[in-house]
Amino acid sequence: MLADETRRAIVSRLAEEALPVGQLAAGLPVTRSAVSQHLKILKDAGLVSEHAAGTRRIYRLNPTAVAALRDQLDAFWRRALESYADVADPPTEESS
Amino acid sequence: MTQADATVVRREVVVNTPQAKAFETFTGRFGDFKPPEHNLLGAPIAETVFEPRVGGHIYDRATDGSECRWARILAYEPPDRVVFSWDIGPQWQIETDPDLTSEVEVRFVPDGPDRTRVELEHRHLDRHGAGWQSVAGGIGGDEGWPLYLARYAALLGQDS
Repeated sequence: MLADETRRAIVSRLAEEALPVGQLAAGLPVTRSAVSQHLKILKDAGLVSEHAAGTRRIYRLNPTAVAALRDQLDAFWRRALESYADVADPPTEESS
Repeated sequence: MTQADATVVRREVVVNTPQAKAFETFTGRFGDFKPPEHNLLGAPIAETVFEPRVGGHIYDRATDGSECRWARILAYEPPDRVVFSWDIGPQWQIETDPDLTSEVEVRFVPDGPDRTRVELEHRHLDRHGAGWQSVAGGIGGDEGWPLYLARYAALLGQDS
């Protein structure tokens, strides 16, 4: 739950402005490394992107949210069609 | 097509099943292969119903009897193709404005008498775009981005 709360807080904060990890962590009751962990998850999910500014890395909400929606739907249909193939074509007769 | 690609999801699968049976399985047993966590019900899902006619719906029914209609059947042409709308907005809520919904076309292409290639295209994802902007602007509560985020994380199995 805390993880969710923290991620929500990070997303809310980044919706206002792009920030480096340190400033994000300063406004949250968790450690900087915890914030980094959450940022990695958000990045992997396509919701947050980062870029370098001098020696710092600045994080921002991914402006192309449709791309995140697309990823989500792509995963949805991949799973659906895999399951569909199992239903339509049960692996009984051939075991290749 | 490069510009359109960002707003389209294409997937296909080949099954060792005749075309008519492949179509029948897709429409008749949709609830058996749809990822189960994908529903908007407040109660456990009992079944997913795919109404086999233009103007019909795809809806989820919960164990408490509540229903959620989340797609409209736009084309129903057995055994070749089916098209339905995707009436689920970016806040993972039912979208009532058809202009803000995307659509899914599924084609069943025979590959010999006993094989079928199922081609799925989920297109016009950008039509959800207006919703995305309002979501981004209305951030802060449990609606919008954070809700979407939680759903998304759950889908990816990353919730903790």
